[in-house]
Amino acid sequence: MDRKTDMTEAATLSIAIVGSGGSGAVTTGKILLEGIARHGLYALMSRSSGPQIRGGESAVMLRIGQSSVDALDDDFDILLALDWLNVERFSDEIPVTEESLILHDPDKGDLPAVYAQMTHRHVARPLEQLAKSIENGRANMVGLGLLANLIGLPLAVVNAAAHDILKHKGEVVLQATLSCIETGYAQTPDETLVLPLSAPEAITERWNISGNEASGFGALQGGVRFVAAYPITPASEILEWLAPNLEQTGGSLLQAEDELASINMIIGASFGGVPSLTATSGPGLSLMMEGLGLAVASETPVVVANVMRGGPSTGIPTKSEQSDLNLALYGFHGDAPHIVLSALSIRDCAFTTQWAVKLTETLQAVAIVLTDQSLGQARAVIAPPRQPALEGKRKLAGDTDHYQRYALSDDAVSPMAIPGNAHCIYTADGLEHNEQGTPSAMATDHQQQLDKRRQKLTQFEYGDDWAEVTGDGEICLITWGSATGATREAAQRLSQAGLPTKTLAVRLLAPFSTERFKQVTAHAKQILVVEQNHGGQFFEYLNAQRVLPGHAHSLAQPGPLPLRPNVIYNRVMQGL
Amino acid sequence: MHGPPPEQLLKAKDYKSDVKPIWCAGCGHFAVLSAITKALAHLSLPPEQVALVSGIGCSSRLPAYTHVYGFHGIHGRALPIATGLKVARPDLTVLVTGGDGDGFSIGGNHFMHACRRNLDLTYIVMDNEVYGMTKGQASPTTDPGWEQSRLTPHGTGLPSFNPAAIALAAGAGFIARGFSGDPTSLTDLLIQGIQYPGFSFIHVLSPCVTYHPEQKAWKKTVHEQSQSTTADPVVAAQRIQQSDRMATGLIFKAISQVQQQQHPSKNISLEQISRQFVTHT
Repeated sequence: MDRKTDMTEAATLSIAIVGSGGSGAVTTGKILLEGIARHGLYALMSRSSGPQIRGGESAVMLRIGQSSVDALDDDFDILLALDWLNVERFSDEIPVTEESLILHDPDKGDLPAVYAQMTHRHVARPLEQLAKSIENGRANMVGLGLLANLIGLPLAVVNAAAHDILKHKGEVVLQATLSCIETGYAQTPDETLVLPLSAPEAITERWNISGNEASGFGALQGGVRFVAAYPITPASEILEWLAPNLEQTGGSLLQAEDELASINMIIGASFGGVPSLTATSGPGLSLMMEGLGLAVASETPVVVANVMRGGPSTGIPTKSEQSDLNLALYGFHGDAPHIVLSALSIRDCAFTTQWAVKLTETLQAVAIVLTDQSLGQARAVIAPPRQPALEGKRKLAGDTDHYQRYALSDDAVSPMAIPGNAHCIYTADGLEHNEQGTPSAMATDHQQQLDKRRQKLTQFEYGDDWAEVTGDGEICLITWGSATGATREAAQRLSQAGLPTKTLAVRLLAPFSTERFKQVTAHAKQILVVEQNHGGQFFEYLNAQRVLPGHAHSLAQPGPLPLRPNVIYNRVMQGL
Repeated sequence: MHGPPPEQLLKAKDYKSDVKPIWCAGCGHFAVLSAITKALAHLSLPPEQVALVSGIGCSSRLPAYTHVYGFHGIHGRALPIATGLKVARPDLTVLVTGGDGDGFSIGGNHFMHACRRNLDLTYIVMDNEVYGMTKGQASPTTDPGWEQSRLTPHGTGLPSFNPAAIALAAGAGFIARGFSGDPTSLTDLLIQGIQYPGFSFIHVLSPCVTYHPEQKAWKKTVHEQSQSTTADPVVAAQRIQQSDRMATGLIFKAISQVQQQQHPSKNISLEQISRQFVTHT
């Protein structure tokens, strides 16, 4: 692992586990992740699978570090292959180097050329044969034991993690698993590799969470108590996590007949005074746009968590891409000011979703939170999420006579009456209306209400959470959402290579913080805007805001392959 | 949140707003509005505990003309808005109004699933067999040979949609047909529908005097159904299929087996919920 120590950044270790569907690659990864967490380290685990329900290939990719891990590395140090089914479909996603170590079962066929040519460091062990010697034994757990020994994870820790992950499977499965892990652990390989990372002395509280779970938890923290749900990959896990947990808090979730229904259901529930959210992905968000316009016009607070995937159309449903930005920003008909936020990491999914709920409740507004498959369906070991300072309560109408639902005021947020309030009965409307709420086609009413709906968003003080700035230097990398992890890592490598580099990761995409953005980028000599889509949507958006100098460049790389730090690093090194 | 004292009897006018309807003189919807306010007064429902949700179209303008909480939403989506509201606020009495285009064409999928979901909602569809707001196009209930629309000058040629049959097939527990020309019976049907503890569908024949002047003749062709209400869906299906679709009354009322979304109220703290994520080091 010399290559790692060459890097002055914190050393990390990357492991890929591959196998056909049903081989247990994902379970192996989950146990390993939990073991790493228990050992006091951080990690990121992303999954790659085909669209098949069962029987396709699947792969998990872990990266382990002593501090928070927010991006996959350029290549993998260890590849554990349970078998080689459809290896050509994922080999692009799992690049190796001449120093990479490959663990495989010789009974599952020869090493594919793509890997055999690249590295000579192979460890062949009859994983399946060893598993067969144990009643109910499984090859993936033998592989797990072998892997754990290689990276120096104590056997007791792996066993405890396996117990945690598999306890619902019953005692028979658990005992077989522990025997397999032990058998694998005893298979000391020829190569001497030790975990290059030692556990920190003081271990603080750690969470093992997926981005979609974090979004769901953030929604609950924000106060959401009604959710309408229509299943879609890769967002369903937000809804599936919320279903039982929302019930625990006294809230309710309803499965809708389609996305047209789900968006309107949350509008209805929010009109009833209950903070509400739905989750979807690109095609579903397209269907929701008309409903979101209604929420803007009627000033009914709602949040849509949009977990992006490859598009357009059905696109690549199981793979990540940041290509719904244009839809989220510009998809509305009419002049419809709204909030667009992006989560910058798995941990940040909780913060940003919670902030979105609080902002929409405060401002009686619509928010779209953009995450993506690479955040939503990945798991990470994280420090507990931080929480926004904003109280986030709706301004409610009291017992005033002559109530005007859409009254004009300095902050442009008018008190909202909730059904049950006998003094302030009104009709919410998607038709343009006067202050009273009565439909109106008059120019003055339209102008006033357009101004009101814009001003309440633009006049609000969003504070320091609009973006995160890391590092410093005359090179500035500007990014958003899930691209933040790889971009920050590239900036660190550039800084260590003698090119001090700053990263600006924008969380609040709309309304846009023009002045703050200009302050951060004022002294940049070189600017590169990094994102994972084909059209450079964020770059175009920044140009529309007129905040980029003419020399700014765009690095836009579509999915399905993850955006890796070296792509960004090399682009800057080659002079942009 | 102060309702009127219980001894104070509410009148129909207490449920009316001072907004003047945009409807044409002679429109059937005036009588439906009146019947709704009479039904609410009869039930003495506090106006602040009632919500009236609608989509888009002439009849969907109705909420603004009432003095209860209202939501004038978007075309075809009244039922989902009402569904979310009712689940979030089961204490409210939620009524949904709209027209035949709104409910059976653009909102057709929601109609089926609202029947199926069987929440305690009352859905009042004012059917005049035409899109009035957009100036006279054929709707799903329009006669196939109607050639008065510029959009379909040769008629639609399509069999007209039978709302009661669809509601029954989709699982609605309360299916009635009313007529704006008989406001007393209509009020009675509305009262029963509001009281029914599941999804009640009230199909109201409500003439459009502008685009369907011939519907003025409904006064003569509409008649009371000859049989009494049935709780047997097989019998109801037969009657609905055999009927001339002009028979009014409560067609079908199932023994209510309402699937409410109510869960025993739990109040587990978020700190407790977060423990599922904490790893043991």
